[in-house]
Amino acid sequence: MEEYTLLRQFADSWMLLVLFAFFVGIVIWVFRPGASKEYKDTANIPFRHQDKPATPKEARQ
Amino acid sequence: MSNYIKLIVLGLIALFAAIGTNYARDLAYQVHALLVMLIAGGLFIWTLRNTDEPDIQIDRSGEYMDGVIRYGVIATAFWGVIGFLAGTFIAFQLAFPVLNFEWAQGYLNFGRLRPLHTSAVIFAFGGNALIATSFYVVQRTSAARLWGGNLAWFVFWGYQLFIVLAATGYVLGGTQSKEYAEPEWYVDLWLTIVWVAYLAVYLGTIIKRKEPHIYVANWFYLAFIVTVAMLHLVNNMTIPVSIWGSKSVIVWSGVQDAMIQWWYGHNAVGFFLTAGFLGMMYYFIPKQAERPVFSYKLSIIHFWALIFLYIWAGPHHLHYTALPDWASTLGMVFSVILWMPSWGGMINGLMTLSGAWDKLRTDPIIRMMVISVGFYGMSTFEGPMMSIRAVNSLSHYTDWTIGHVHSGALGWNGMITFGALYFLVPVLWKRERLYSLQMVSWHFWLATIGIVLYAASMWVTGIMEGLMWREVDANGFLVNSFADTVAAKFPMYVVRALGGVMFVAGALIMCYNLWMTVRKAPAKEASLTVAVPAE
Repeated sequence: MEEYTLLRQFADSWMLLVLFAFFVGIVIWVFRPGASKEYKDTANIPFRHQDKPATPKEARQ
Repeated sequence: MSNYIKLIVLGLIALFAAIGTNYARDLAYQVHALLVMLIAGGLFIWTLRNTDEPDIQIDRSGEYMDGVIRYGVIATAFWGVIGFLAGTFIAFQLAFPVLNFEWAQGYLNFGRLRPLHTSAVIFAFGGNALIATSFYVVQRTSAARLWGGNLAWFVFWGYQLFIVLAATGYVLGGTQSKEYAEPEWYVDLWLTIVWVAYLAVYLGTIIKRKEPHIYVANWFYLAFIVTVAMLHLVNNMTIPVSIWGSKSVIVWSGVQDAMIQWWYGHNAVGFFLTAGFLGMMYYFIPKQAERPVFSYKLSIIHFWALIFLYIWAGPHHLHYTALPDWASTLGMVFSVILWMPSWGGMINGLMTLSGAWDKLRTDPIIRMMVISVGFYGMSTFEGPMMSIRAVNSLSHYTDWTIGHVHSGALGWNGMITFGALYFLVPVLWKRERLYSLQMVSWHFWLATIGIVLYAASMWVTGIMEGLMWREVDANGFLVNSFADTVAAKFPMYVVRALGGVMFVAGALIMCYNLWMTVRKAPAKEASLTVAVPAE
């Protein structure tokens, strides 16, 4: 089979499926239980450490 | 020790550039070689004079690296004004061809200045805005100082050198004639080095972050940095004709070359002018509104949907060409689907203000940011519509495209950048507030009315010329000659140029306001930063 045809067939079958599944997976992951609480904290990152980097003590892991 | 390595490298570059100046095959290359020789030579002398000076190490890990951001803010405002002025001038050149002066033919005519304008606004103004704000945002949201020490300074000055080489190259005729990728091979190589350093600084800072999560603005900035690197490398695969000349030949041929060019071109819009600036939106709108983003979940879906879809939209620039139909249909379909994440992002930005809509009355900066997101929504509605083949057959090659690009670039990119600059200057120079909010209002209205004049006149003239081109008489002959359409467009060209004048005037007011903020606005006292209740 020609290289172009091979890549073309791979792209519109398996690769398309992988990318689509990845995207659907992300949407499901975003709505997992407990996500809202975590994202509330993440969304507030811009309001911390305005003037100075976090000291080792403040660092949150 | 590192100074000796620096001296050897700088010396070799200066020597090579000197040889290049001598053997140069064209003017652009010669001027650039001379410029590089002077810069490398100057740095050589400067490094030599500082060699063996005592090396004083100060631990600055307890503070953010803001010096380079201050320079970036100044560069953004400076290149912005240059780019807007160039754009307004070429708008007048189109209305009044006499402005293509006879004595400057081959240097300052429309064809030479037009890429200078597009690169100045996209890469110089937009690029500096992206680099400066990304350095600001990544430090604040990672709670860590920039990684790599002086590497950030290399990124800043290296990028300025890229801009100067690109701009002078266009005027002197050094161009590879690819839209938004005009710089020739050696300028491309230099940008690659600077860009790798930029990625290293950015990723290094994210890796050493003190927050467990990577805030969404950083995702958009990172997507912008990584994708632009990929696009730049693939679209600039050229072989120089000579190492002593600027001319090079692209390895792609025919329709593949066209497709790669517009894959690059559309994703320059998608990742440079959209993803990067969305990073700005996701940080500065919450900061200015003093409330977190409307929906963090939506922001994650927005991110992945946007980057998955944008990369496919390029073929819509090549409808009715040698490109296969399936490819142009693919580009069209993805462009239309792209409307959804774009509007998801717009809603997320606008709704961040829910519960604080009164700020629109009192805070001209937030007004600027909101109208910018509004223009984002408008141009991301217009774009998918124009990518539909039937619409494109009317709109393509007309001024409608120019109007569309400018409602996006002036409205969305320009306004969000102005908002970010108004936010950043008081913070970076430790001022209590801006010098004048009234001037911000003036800037807002001048810029908004300027954009409306621009976009409206281009819609009218674009649709008019599209209809004139396709008009045939009863016998099937074309009714209008090309010159007829040019003559009919004259009034709209004047209106468009006046819109440009208003936009430049607004930007000049901003520069004065920011300058006076640094000079005259009351300083922020350290003791005042911690508010003590007066009881």
